[in-house]
Amino acid sequence: MKKKIFLIFPPHLTDQPITYTLIKKYDLKTNILRASINYNTQGNLLLELEGTKENISSGIRYLENIGVKVDFIHTEIKWDEKACIHCGACTAVCPSDALKLDSNSWLLSFNAEECLGCKLCIKACPLKIITNGL
Amino acid sequence: MSIKKTYEEINEKIKNGCAVVVSAEEVIDIVKEKGIKDAAKYVDVVTTATFGPMCSTGAFLNFGHSDPPIRMTKVTLNDVAAYSGLAAVDAYIGATEISESKGIEYGGAHVICDLIDGKKIRLKATSPGTDCYPRLEIDTYITKDSINEAYLFNPRNAYQNYSAAINTSDKALYTYMGILQPNMGNINYCTSGQLSPLFNDPLYRTIGIGTRIFLAGTTGYISWQGTQFFSDRERDENGIPLSPAATLAVVGDLKKMSTEYIKPAVFEKYGISMFVGIGIPIPILDEEMMKFVSIEDKDLYTSIVDYSVPSRNKPTLGRVNYAQLRSGSINLNGKSIKTAPITSLYKSRKIAEELKKLIMEGNFYLQQPIEAFPLNNRLNTLEIIDAEEE
Ligand code: SF4
Ligand code: SF4
Repeated sequence: MKKKIFLIFPPHLTDQPITYTLIKKYDLKTNILRASINYNTQGNLLLELEGTKENISSGIRYLENIGVKVDFIHTEIKWDEKACIHCGACTAVCPSDALKLDSNSWLLSFNAEECLGCKLCIKACPLKIITNGL
Repeated sequence: MSIKKTYEEINEKIKNGCAVVVSAEEVIDIVKEKGIKDAAKYVDVVTTATFGPMCSTGAFLNFGHSDPPIRMTKVTLNDVAAYSGLAAVDAYIGATEISESKGIEYGGAHVICDLIDGKKIRLKATSPGTDCYPRLEIDTYITKDSINEAYLFNPRNAYQNYSAAINTSDKALYTYMGILQPNMGNINYCTSGQLSPLFNDPLYRTIGIGTRIFLAGTTGYISWQGTQFFSDRERDENGIPLSPAATLAVVGDLKKMSTEYIKPAVFEKYGISMFVGIGIPIPILDEEMMKFVSIEDKDLYTSIVDYSVPSRNKPTLGRVNYAQLRSGSINLNGKSIKTAPITSLYKSRKIAEELKKLIMEGNFYLQQPIEAFPLNNRLNTLEIIDAEEE
């Protein structure tokens, strides 16, 4: 299975080889979707893990034990649903179908778990109602 | 015997609360069930609608006279320039004009919506001063209630068909059709298809000068053919043009509009435009009109145009129907390409419903056009010539 997690590192952990450990010790395939880590300051990482269910759980437990904050449905964008006119312009650029138009109601929906944090939709929305969520 | 209904008969039914009014989507199933003839007998009015970005939008405003009076020559509204090369206190604010201080973040479209919402707008104007208009400058605030007339006057709205956009280059393109990703990453399209007004009256039998319409939340009128009106296009056997054809110039009272049905749009690295909600009722005068309004997305075709070619005539990559565009992806030369709308079908439907309600409640009557649009209009191009050339 695959799981997407958002990690927040306290400063003292930014020098830990965590992805290496996840790969070696927990046999997980890791795919870094977005990273901002600087030595000695707080960092964050949007990571996709692939492996067995048990290994993913153990890997996440390992991260939490060493003091990394793990967020499962974190997204880097905010969608102002009330202001949305459901035009669909944002769906043109969304690589993961996190932003999707329903083919019956033609209403837009946002699935935070599918969001890769690429932020292309922020530029694509003509109403400027998708904003940086961080 | 063939079915014939007049505007008077239909309006009489509206008055008596017994007119049968359905949307251009609902009518499709009615025709399938009853057939053209019985459907024409049964249905009186079909409502059509669209809610897409329409750059050719703007409003005429008359500010009233100050004391001493001023003949305004340069006008800004919230820092957005309005054209005032008209009489002393008249101006036209265009939707795409950008703010002198904020750039494309705020522009004419935003001023129009702020006015509709009743917000205070800063009016600044200068003048050389004349004997009859001695004041040289003014800096004050207006609202829609403090000024005289305020009416939307849009030179070109509601395109009859529009090409879908694609990008074959290896760089993303930022256009008024939204973002076009490199290497044919997506196709964007921009009409409400089977619900779109001019798709349902392709030969302009009921949509013409004087037709009463729903415009941005209130009653409006078609005042003229829209600019770039190109009715002499190639058409299919149903009379539907295969490329962008007719357009409408529309007018309506801004003071009565609602920002539920008109919105500023900011297209990244392109500029400002405006989503305008338009609904047009189509009277079912006879079986031919019934046949026109029964048209479906799968019968409506448009071309896919490559926006990466920066010239007037952009190459066409193929022809698709709106059912294919609506499906979410299209197969083009063996590659599956994602499709995305720019026109909101959700809002278009809402407008068609709203108009239906207005008619059924007897608050909206049909107006026969005073004059029909020409069917043979073509477009001129702008050539670069020098003074001696003809
Ligand atoms: S950030 Fe990227 S993946 Fe997430 S919703 Fe926006 S376009 Fe889709
Ligand atoms: S582009 Fe903006 S307004 Fe349009 S559907 Fe997406 S979020 Fe809504």
